Amino acid sequence: MESLLPLGISHYLLGGLLVGLGIAVVYLMTGLVAGVSTTFTSTWSFLPGRATSFFKREKFVASRTWRLSLVSGLMLGGLAYLLFVNAGEATITSLSPGRLFVGGLLVGIGTRMAAGCPSGHGITGNAMLEKSSVVSTITFLVVGIAVALLTQSIF
Amino acid sequence: MIFSKHLMIIFGGALFGFGLAYSGAAVPEVVLSFLRLEDFGLALVIGGALIVTMIAFQFLPRLIPTPLLGGTFKKAAKLPISKWNIMGASVFGVGWGLTGLCPGTSFAAIGMGNWPVLAGIVGMFVGAYLYGILRNRGLAGIE
Repeated sequence: MESLLPLGISHYLLGGLLVGLGIAVVYLMTGLVAGVSTTFTSTWSFLPGRATSFFKREKFVASRTWRLSLVSGLMLGGLAYLLFVNAGEATITSLSPGRLFVGGLLVGIGTRMAAGCPSGHGITGNAMLEKSSVVSTITFLVVGIAVALLTQSIF
Repeated sequence: MIFSKHLMIIFGGALFGFGLAYSGAAVPEVVLSFLRLEDFGLALVIGGALIVTMIAFQFLPRLIPTPLLGGTFKKAAKLPISKWNIMGASVFGVGWGLTGLCPGTSFAAIGMGNWPVLAGIVGMFVGAYLYGILRNRGLAGIE
């Protein structure tokens, strides 16, 4: 086990349970399913544009405000960790902004094409036993592992 | 939507984001170590979250008729498996494997003071915009 989990188990498991608890609180209170990636599309619906535009579809317009509340909460949760667990010490990645931008671009296109991300398909979709979520999850795991292993020696 | 719903969504989102930060899943390097098969901890994060979420989604609608603040419990859409799931998840997988970034963890990372991740979030908004433009030009898709 030590070789598979060199940093231990408890923080991973406790963190994961809290993630699930947060999604459960949103569902208990509002009945809404807290996927994140739709935010990237629904927020563009605030821009003026033709009513026939993809961004103006009812599902995006109807959910665009609560989705911004959800991502505000995600940032506040990270901030609470920064202030109360990490004593104000920021966790700064060593990856370059250019690489993060290019990766983000692919994440934006891909999650919207697949209609979900690790939260929308990986957690909530699988929890609802959606077949399309199981297929999406297996696909991004296999491709993600392959790309991470292949690029390990290059970057 | 009523104010109290927004408050509870922010509270639930904060638990979600704190969990991502506390577990390490919001740190790109930790995600990359999982994808490079060096540390399997991320599977425990997803597994732990999945168990709690599954219990909530399966049992809450049977225990109470409506969500506590009103509305209806969203149910599974039962969408058929589409080629767009596989193509989209593959494109996402390339970005994920390059950077360890996904949508939820990126927002939590900003809260943790990981400001370079903003470049990734800008990329995600631009990517979703480009995808919307393609849909406006006639590309087929799921949603």
